[in-house]
Formats: sequence, structure tokens, C-alpha cells
Amino acid sequence: MMAAKAKRRDTAITWEVFSQGLWRDNPVLVMLLGLCPVLAVSNSAMNALAMGLATTFVLISSGALVSLLRNFIPAQVRIATYIIIIATFVTIVDYAIQAISLDLYKALGAFIQLIVVNCIILGRAEAYASRNTLARSVINALGMGLGFTGALVVLGGIREILGAGALFGVPLFGAGFEPWVVMILPPGGFIVLSLMLVAVNWINARRERAGRTEEQADGA
Amino acid sequence: MTSREINHAPGTPAWPLILVLGLAAMMSGMLVVAVHQFTSPIIAENQRRAVARAIGRVVPGAVGNRAFIVENGKLIPAGEKARGEVIYAAYGKDGKLLGIAARAGAQGYADMIHMLFGYDPESGRILGFEVLKMTETPGLGDKIASDGKFRANFPLDARLDGTGKKLAHPIVTVKHGKKSKPWEIDAISGATISSRAVGKALNEAAGRLLPVIHANLDMLRAAAPGRGATGEEK
Repeated sequence: MMAAKAKRRDTAITWEVFSQGLWRDNPVLVMLLGLCPVLAVSNSAMNALAMGLATTFVLISSGALVSLLRNFIPAQVRIATYIIIIATFVTIVDYAIQAISLDLYKALGAFIQLIVVNCIILGRAEAYASRNTLARSVINALGMGLGFTGALVVLGGIREILGAGALFGVPLFGAGFEPWVVMILPPGGFIVLSLMLVAVNWINARRERAGRTEEQADGA
Repeated sequence: MTSREINHAPGTPAWPLILVLGLAAMMSGMLVVAVHQFTSPIIAENQRRAVARAIGRVVPGAVGNRAFIVENGKLIPAGEKARGEVIYAAYGKDGKLLGIAARAGAQGYADMIHMLFGYDPESGRILGFEVLKMTETPGLGDKIASDGKFRANFPLDARLDGTGKKLAHPIVTVKHGKKSKPWEIDAISGATISSRAVGKALNEAAGRLLPVIHANLDMLRAAAPGRGATGEEK
């Protein structure tokens, strides 16, 4: 957040703007935001992908609109205005998913509507889109959305492989495989997510150590 | 929080705030209505196709269907009357009545289990069922929708007794491996509560709907889509 504030006046479009959400500030793996839908709909890779893409769409479109209107929205009503904007796009996604596939809509249940209160989206509107140009906001939202989707699909993939013996609905093992049902139940979500967090922190710690010993590199 | 900030900045008039919020809400409303207008026919078509697919699964061979509303022991073609419990008469290619699909529901382990079942009035048997909505435990209770042995309980005897007013034998779910009669449902081991809910739902719905279906069988046979006996298919 410090970096974003320091660059408030900066309008350059850098790789950093896009990649922030992919790894360094990944909404799920680093910022630990929006964990309710993350845990709830990651019981299969397909649900995770659909949820991730729906959230990405809302992130990008609300980020774009907030950025465009950032000089017109009075500070006192900014949160209320952001929520109206976000809720509009969530309703659009809700209708779109019903039009695309009713089965998918049923599988995602109430969590599509609950994107409204996903803190990643309001967080990006407040911390980024309201202070940056349209292009930077959209690119940053795209990175955040892809980071969210990626983390969700990995989590959903692992849970589906172990818990149902399949990936994207395609069976991977023979009939002899006894699925670990716990993996598609809520505890499995917590177990796999925590192991992923361990892995991410371990990788980041190793990188940091390697960076320190080699040179005084700036951890960009 | 908002009111406190307004107090901090006494110079801010209220009308720009009202204007911005009002405009945002208006734009939002217009956008949502536009998207709703565009998607609602697609969603309705999706729902119609989902119903047709579910009917095809519970009444094998069905290619067409007509919806009827159940009211006071009578069947009214859907369209003449909008609200009420719906049953679907399913017809084969030649317009022959193959079976009836109807909804059933009962409390399961987690929440209500809603399903569609197919009934063959010729043989008096329930052909099968399809879960429409459930929140049963994955890997345990949700096997009622997928377990091959559980599916082998069907066709299930659901004949009416001599009076035609109730089932000759109530449909019951028995413990796993204890099925001995054609109207009993063999429960899934480890999913007894969900299995029992299926039996309960079918018993209730069949006991209530089958007498009505049999009382109106001639009308249902004649109402095949395309014959125009009771209007065009909706």
C-alpha cells in the first residue's frame, strides 16, 4: 500500500501495475481477502474458475467506472457510490451466468450475489481505482482478478483431484481410487488453503534470503 | 462515518451528495433493467430446456411434454392458469403418453431435497427420479443422485389400490440390504437419512398425485402436443 500511495501521481503503466495482484499482493495468498467465497466454492476446479472469472469481471468493470468517476464522487458518499457500482455489475454477472448455464448457477449458489461484499473489490476501488488513471486501474484490476482466479483454480483443482478423483469433471483415476471426501467438504478447503499459504510464504522467504546474500536488491 | 465527516467539513452542501448518489442509483437501475431485458428470454429458454432434459431422464424416450396444474383433483392445462403444482405429461415420438413427471420433496439430512420423478400409468410403476435441488453431504447423502445400486431400486411398484384413491402399498425406505418387496427402497449404506427422504417424498407425492393422474388419464392421453386437443404446447 505504501508503494501505491507514493506513486499516486504516477501515471506510468508498468509491469508492476499488472503483476501486483498475481503474486506480491495476491488477494488470496498474500492479502487473505475474500476467503469466504474462496473456501466455499473451491470444491471443484470448474466452480473455482467460474467464481474467479465472475469476480474478475466485477473487479475490472467496477475499477474502470470508479476510476472514471473518481473526480466527481464526493468523499463523503464514495463508499456508498462504490457499492452501488459494484452491486450493479454483480447483478449483471448474476444474470449472465443464469443465461450461460443454469447448472453452474446452481453450483455457485448464493456466492455470486455475495461478490458485492467481497472485500477485494471494495478494497481495490478504495485503495487503487479512486486514485489512479483508467488504464492503470483496469490493468491492476485484471492482475488482481487473475491472481484471485489462479489461486482459486489451484485450490479447487487440488481439492477436486483428491476429493473426487477428477479435474474439471474429467475422471483421472480408475474405479479403484477411493476419493478423500473430506477434501471437498469445508475442512478440506481450510487444509489445502493453509498448505498453499505455507508454500507461498516459504518461497517468498527463500527468495528474500537469496536476494539479501547476493546483493542489496530491491524486492520489486 | 459519513455524518462525522460531514461535521468535519461544514462547508460541504448536501445536494451534490444527493445528486451523485441519485444519479448512480438511476444509472445502476437502468443498466440492470437493460441486462434483465436482454437475458430473461435466454434464461427462460434455459429453464425450459432444463425441465425437458429432466423429464427425458425420468421418462425415457420422451420427446415432448405438456404442463398441467393440479387443482382440486382436476388437471388444468398450464397457461389457462398460472399458479399451482405442476405435473408434466411426457409423450413419445408418435404422440403416445409415455409417463408423467411430477415434483416431490422432503426434508433430507441438510435441507429439503427437491426431485422430479417419472411415473408410468400403464404399469403403475415409478420409473426413476432426478434430484433438482439438494444440499446433502458430498460423498455421502448426495449419492442418492448418482449411486448405481440406489438407482436399481427403480422401477418401483406404486400401484393404486382397488378404490383408486390411495397407494396399494405405501412406498418405504428399508435398511441397506433388507429390500424384499417391489415397493420398498433399499437405502444407501451411510446415507440412510437421505435415502429415507427419497422414500418419504415419493410416498407423499405419489399418494397425492397418482389418484388425480389416473382419474384424468384419458384427457392426458388425448392431450399430446400437436394434436390440438387442449391448445398448442406452451
